[in-house]
Amino acid sequence: MALYNLKVNGKKQQIEVDETTPMLWVLRDHLDLVGTKFGCGAAQCGACTIHLDGDAVRSCVTPVSVAAEYDITTIEGLSENGDHPVQKAWLAHDVPQCGYCQAGQIMNASALLKKNPSPTDDEIDAAMDGNICRCGTYTRIKAAIKTAANQNATS
Amino acid sequence: MSKAKTNVGRRSFIKSVGLAGGGMMIGFSWLYSCKETPKGEAIAALEMPENWYELNGFLKIGENGVVTIMSPNPEIGQNVKTSMPMLVAEELDVDWKNVIVEQAPLNTDIFTRQLAGGSQSIRQGWESLRMAGATAKHMLKQAAADAWGVPFGEIEVSEGILSHAATNQSAGFGDMAAAAASVEVPEEVELKEKTDFKIIGTSRKNVDAQKIVTGQPLFGLDYKENGMLIAMLVQPPAFGMQFKSMNADAVLKMPGIKEVFVMDTYKDVKGISAFDTTAFTKLPVVVGETTWQVLQAKKQLDVAWENAPDVTVEMNFFGRNTTKNYPAGLENSDTHFKIMAQEGAKNATVARKDGDPETQFKNAARIIERSYSCPFLAHNTMEPMNFFAHVTADEAKLVGPIQTPEIMEMSVSERLGLPKEKVDIMMTRQGGGFGRRLYGHFLVEAAVISQKTNTPIKLIYTREDDMTNGVYRPAYYATYRAAIDENNNVTAFHVNAGGIPESPLAANRFPAGAFEHYLAEQWEVESNITTGAFRAPRSNFIAGAEQSFLDELAEEVGKDPIQFRLDLLAKAESNPIGENNDYDAARYAGVLKKVRETSDWDTPKTGVSRGVSAYFCHNSYVAQVLDLEMKNNEPNVKEVFCAVDCGIVVNPDAAENLVQGGTVDGIGHAMYSAITFKDGQPEQRNFDTYRLIRHSEAPSKVKVDFVKSDINPTGLGEPPFPPIMGAVANALYKATGKRHYHQPFMGNQELKG
Repeated sequence: MALYNLKVNGKKQQIEVDETTPMLWVLRDHLDLVGTKFGCGAAQCGACTIHLDGDAVRSCVTPVSVAAEYDITTIEGLSENGDHPVQKAWLAHDVPQCGYCQAGQIMNASALLKKNPSPTDDEIDAAMDGNICRCGTYTRIKAAIKTAANQNATS
Repeated sequence: MSKAKTNVGRRSFIKSVGLAGGGMMIGFSWLYSCKETPKGEAIAALEMPENWYELNGFLKIGENGVVTIMSPNPEIGQNVKTSMPMLVAEELDVDWKNVIVEQAPLNTDIFTRQLAGGSQSIRQGWESLRMAGATAKHMLKQAAADAWGVPFGEIEVSEGILSHAATNQSAGFGDMAAAAASVEVPEEVELKEKTDFKIIGTSRKNVDAQKIVTGQPLFGLDYKENGMLIAMLVQPPAFGMQFKSMNADAVLKMPGIKEVFVMDTYKDVKGISAFDTTAFTKLPVVVGETTWQVLQAKKQLDVAWENAPDVTVEMNFFGRNTTKNYPAGLENSDTHFKIMAQEGAKNATVARKDGDPETQFKNAARIIERSYSCPFLAHNTMEPMNFFAHVTADEAKLVGPIQTPEIMEMSVSERLGLPKEKVDIMMTRQGGGFGRRLYGHFLVEAAVISQKTNTPIKLIYTREDDMTNGVYRPAYYATYRAAIDENNNVTAFHVNAGGIPESPLAANRFPAGAFEHYLAEQWEVESNITTGAFRAPRSNFIAGAEQSFLDELAEEVGKDPIQFRLDLLAKAESNPIGENNDYDAARYAGVLKKVRETSDWDTPKTGVSRGVSAYFCHNSYVAQVLDLEMKNNEPNVKEVFCAVDCGIVVNPDAAENLVQGGTVDGIGHAMYSAITFKDGQPEQRNFDTYRLIRHSEAPSKVKVDFVKSDINPTGLGEPPFPPIMGAVANALYKATGKRHYHQPFMGNQELKG
């Protein structure tokens, strides 16, 4: 067990856990931030995507000891009022079906757009390929990313 | 307007008019406002009234005019949580912006069929949900008529406002709610003409969307109560194996671990329900404080397994008793395939026979015969199986994702020895269902673990537990034959289909009825690998096989594939063979004609290879045209055109989403997905080896057109899924010159992570 000072969604949090604990379970079990989802535990599905200093990472394989070095952002902290351009685009396209994978999709898409404000179709595919949606909402996700990208360009 | 007898009572079933939920839950709300968020502003919430007046079990009205509508059925991504309340709101004539949707508790006295399965929620709720809205509206009108001393028939209602023109009086629903609650429930009410619908047929956003995109607690896995412990199971490494013994000493010393024990899921596997299907009924359980601690302990647990004997289970399937055999042994996919290829000829039984197919085949100028197969599939809902349970001496509270709450309530009641009334099951939003959560053993397991540990617990399956647990889509095999005469007429049609452990045959579906000489045969092979319903059961294979064969047959006789099907359907419509044909040939042809038009089928398209397919299941008709191109020797699906006839479309944009998703899901399963076995062990355990379709493999565009119809709505969660597999196969043939008979068409290629 070790003591960690985490910065999650702009807030300081102190927790004591085993240093091997993946950030996913720190968020879900210890901080009650359950927007970050458990899908595979092996960095294969993207449901647990969070940002470390703005970069998308899979929290299910990122130990708390590593995450503690960075500013951590989860879906709950992506925007204060749920109005990040990507979230707004998701609502405009009414993307979700079951909705379980969407937080991870949104976190990955928002990290992509931060680095590349106007991605091509191939760039979107390449960046998003690690995020699985069993409901098959990929076409709407791509449309929403483009809508958000256009908002970036005009704002 | 049409008069209809009401079947909603009032007083007898009012349990509580307070808001759902209690102090124990953490951050979990069962409510959602339908008021859309203005762009860029904070989440707009409706102001809560001080009092709710419950007019019937489906709805309650606040003194400020806010209306809460119950969504009765499990939400698995098919969007019933939005579309079912829309039906109530339509007949109530309330402004959708003043509606709050609440997930209803399990109470089949009020809500009848609270089940997500067979694409039946809207179809079977169509009358009762509208009735509930109309009944409440009638009571509000009566209250206004009484208050104003005017005739009932002169009261007008629009968007939550009651008015009387002659005396120039008006009042909101909220003003009349208290009085309406004591009006006698009418014996019959008027339902709207379909042409008067204002909400049905208009697109309404998913009521949970705001919570989904902001990561609010919503799913079973998100549910938490104070003092809750985490539980996980340890499964045998292979089907055909069972628990022998364990040594828990080391694991009990690990941090956070509270208890390790062996659990019997059912008291006796004889007499269980088919929805209790599970491969492993005696399992070690690890209970601890946090998920990570339990995960570590589970890996370390020292368990010995042994080969299981033959097991026979007497199962109850909707009141019908059947026997199911699970033979001993460690099975292999290679052997499965060989057995299936040989079994049809040996053990088939006739399901339907028209005319004299034997003579036609004997006299045929030529016969074409093709065989098709598909592997087992894991459902792989993105949210793995899980359930919360808190069982005390005299009651059980269960919360989580389940498609069959009513059926599982009986299983839990029987297993715990508690009366049904003392078992409370609450339905969360579900991270996918696809049939997997019809089988609620995980809910019984959670209840048993909570009872044993005497604490609230949440049972969580890891992805590996989930993927290797079974209740898979069965493996299927079908052989099709057609007799052709010297004039290129198809004179007889023969299908022989079976699987492990069930046949996918639907003997009375098209093309039955279109051939004078027709033979359908089926067979089954037993296995100890547990299977169950998977999005569009049986259709999810047989549609693709049949539609691939019809494509090959059309080419063989020199006809355009759409025209070939339309000619057969014209025959089935004008002069149907047999009396039990299970489809409407005109509606079937309707979707094919529509997709021919929307895809511009008759104009040759360069640069892409096209395949067409059409199928009828779950009361709806779907035709699809798929365009693909080859890129670095890999198929790349460009665009899909869908034509759908599902009767009235309740929520068009959401319906389009569901068809797009079903299409993408179908392409993925046809091309990439499989569970295979070696010595009983699933060879795929996580998404590094089990391949689901990904972003780069999905079509850029899925165009969806609905046939305009005023027929009562039919299924939509399943119907778009089966036919697309045929369209994939037929387009792949055009692209590669090679027919693809065995799914997954792309095999297990290098995986992406």
